[in-house]
Amino acid sequence: MDLTYPPQYEAFRRRVRAWLRKNLPSRPRGLAKLAFDDPRRIERAKQWQRKLYEAGYVAMSWPKEYGGQGADVLTQAIVDEELVRAQAPPLIGQMGIQMVGPTLIQFGTEEQKRRFLPRILTAEEIWCQGYSEPNAGSDLASLQTRAELVGDEFIVNGQKIWTSNAQFADWMFCLVRTDPHAPKHHGISYLLIDMKSPGISVRPLIQMTGERGFNEVWFENVRVPRSHLVGELHQGWQVANATLLHERNMLGAATTTQQLFAALVRLAKLCTRQGRSAVEDPVVRQRLAALAMRVEAMRYHAYRQLTDTILGRPRGIAASVNKLVSTELNHDITVCALNLLGSYATQTSESKFAVDGGRWIREFMFTLGMIIGGGTSEIQKNIIGERGLGLPREPRALPE
Amino acid sequence: MNFGLSADQELLQRTARDFLAAEWPPAAAHAVFDADHDGYPRKLYEQMAQLGWLGLLAPVEFGGAGGTCLDAAVLAEELGRAAVPGPYLANTLSILALRQIGVASVRRQWLPLLAKGQAVVTLAWFEEDTAAWPFPLKARGSVGRFGLRLNGTKRFVLDAHVADAFLVVCRLPAGRAQSTAIVLVPREQAGVAVRPMNDVDRTRRPCEVVLNDVTVPRRSLLATGGQAEKLLARVQNAAAVLLAADCLGGAERLLEMAVEYAKVRRQFGRPIGSFQAVKHRCADMVAQIEPARSLVWYAAHAMDALPRQAAYAASLAKGHLSEVFSNVAENALRVFGGIGFTWERDLHIWFKRAQWNRYAFGSPEWHRERVAQECRW
Repeated sequence: MDLTYPPQYEAFRRRVRAWLRKNLPSRPRGLAKLAFDDPRRIERAKQWQRKLYEAGYVAMSWPKEYGGQGADVLTQAIVDEELVRAQAPPLIGQMGIQMVGPTLIQFGTEEQKRRFLPRILTAEEIWCQGYSEPNAGSDLASLQTRAELVGDEFIVNGQKIWTSNAQFADWMFCLVRTDPHAPKHHGISYLLIDMKSPGISVRPLIQMTGERGFNEVWFENVRVPRSHLVGELHQGWQVANATLLHERNMLGAATTTQQLFAALVRLAKLCTRQGRSAVEDPVVRQRLAALAMRVEAMRYHAYRQLTDTILGRPRGIAASVNKLVSTELNHDITVCALNLLGSYATQTSESKFAVDGGRWIREFMFTLGMIIGGGTSEIQKNIIGERGLGLPREPRALPE
Repeated sequence: MNFGLSADQELLQRTARDFLAAEWPPAAAHAVFDADHDGYPRKLYEQMAQLGWLGLLAPVEFGGAGGTCLDAAVLAEELGRAAVPGPYLANTLSILALRQIGVASVRRQWLPLLAKGQAVVTLAWFEEDTAAWPFPLKARGSVGRFGLRLNGTKRFVLDAHVADAFLVVCRLPAGRAQSTAIVLVPREQAGVAVRPMNDVDRTRRPCEVVLNDVTVPRRSLLATGGQAEKLLARVQNAAAVLLAADCLGGAERLLEMAVEYAKVRRQFGRPIGSFQAVKHRCADMVAQIEPARSLVWYAAHAMDALPRQAAYAASLAKGHLSEVFSNVAENALRVFGGIGFTWERDLHIWFKRAQWNRYAFGSPEWHRERVAQECRW
């Protein structure tokens, strides 16, 4: 057991920290009032990612030939830690960096890697995920969006839903049914689709937070070149599962939880109860400490997984445990914040009475969305139960 | 950066698991629940002494292994997994206390005996009003011509009924004020009376120890004032970490039992583990246990290498793991249903151990408050 970093890594950490101190974007008030998908906000977010990339701090572990630096996981972990410590804004290209990028590195053709990976890093191209459909949610493999191979092109028809960022994304990684006669897991393919293709229409859905975060996407005879197929034809389910694993790790990042908990403690110091800081109230202290135990457990659990990754040990169902535990914990943190705020809890971001800019009620709803997205808690529990513990599967439904 | 067990620690883990599976099966644990069993399986302890486990934390010069707290936590996890009774915890804490105390003759006398499992020394600390929060103390000592005179009643003294000596924590006059003191009192000393306190967890044997004008020589005073308080804090932290590890092992064992049962028990024509209501309970146990394991390792490592984080980490671990063990015990019981509620099945042994672990050496509330203090909230 050794929680120290070798000197060259500590030196690297100091460089990252100094760079962040100098370059972290200020948060102009006007920007907070802009809609989630306002082009000005997106442009600024792209600029931030570009700046971070040029400094060399985005996806450092990717291979050099695709714009990464071939750095080890420890280096990447240090950057992640420092970004949290500096409370840096999240990266707009996150789905590219954390989901489709690693999937392409694993399954993509050489041409696909050279074409797509560098532009993911620089935020030149933003990605969205075309997985869920109106009738394929938790039962993702029952998806119906059809892609027919005609000559060298796929012709895509169908509908996707809950597609985050589709309204401004340049590309979509998408699951389509290429063989309608095969058993459901065996007729699926994984396509990369240009969002500017003729025949695609996007309609934003207003989330319960009031934001236009996700969308419906329709495909009407959309042409996709065969060269944009990832992995083998009809074998997209394996590729999709690799991406899902990356998604679970992204949603279950311990660093996000630490940031949220630090904000909760700041709030508790700010709020008052009976004329004193709420953090002096025994009930509040009990609640905060109970959360601290869960937050810290996830912090050290992440260290343990980092070590396992370095040693090349199999990760098993760790990603599902991370996703389940972290998203539930994040939500519980926001519930604690709402309790501190009392009736201020429900003030909107437009209200001049709102505390923390109405952040907590928004986070409360948003974190619930994260419990559902990326495979609900219930789906993660099925995975843990069946693949982790070897419990028998639910009997299949009778054919209709 | 290497967050995990060393090759030696993994070997200790495997050895202990295999040894205890053979030498301390559930049938042996059941026997401890019989009315006439004194809760001290001496044959098992002789073997544990030969394996070097009892002296794991004793210095090498006194016949110990000079191990780390993380080593001890690895072993404690396995003892919890097997629900091993007896004075392991009491002796280990006494070793920790004695090895830091300034009286050389006492160290030379007791440490080799403890390392070989030939004596039981136990901490007489808690009292009537300190079942959940360890302070303040009422037991008093006074310094007279013939030595120290002690009066008071200690409760929740582990394994006192089989102990050879006690480390009594009391208050001594220091000028006009009172100071905390630790005094070595042999079991056979006149004025010492031991009464067992019946606990639902028969793998633990807390006792009441009454000290009625007990007189011991002045050299029995092992530590006072700041030194005694620092020592007690360290012992308290070690107890918290070892119990957290015990909780981890117990929770793992209960999860295994529940999953095994859910695979074979059939209702409505299929194994109950195929129902989500049951499957999700089992997944919840995994989701609680997996991150908690990392917390135990961190807390043990903090005792060894990160002194400024030791109290914080110990309270995080004990506060959290005792809740996890209790939750897992309840979930496991619900998976078993009626058969889990019986005396003859194994489950109740760990279920009850979870309850004892929860309150010993500071209730979850006490540890949460300590976390708050350590965070300077």
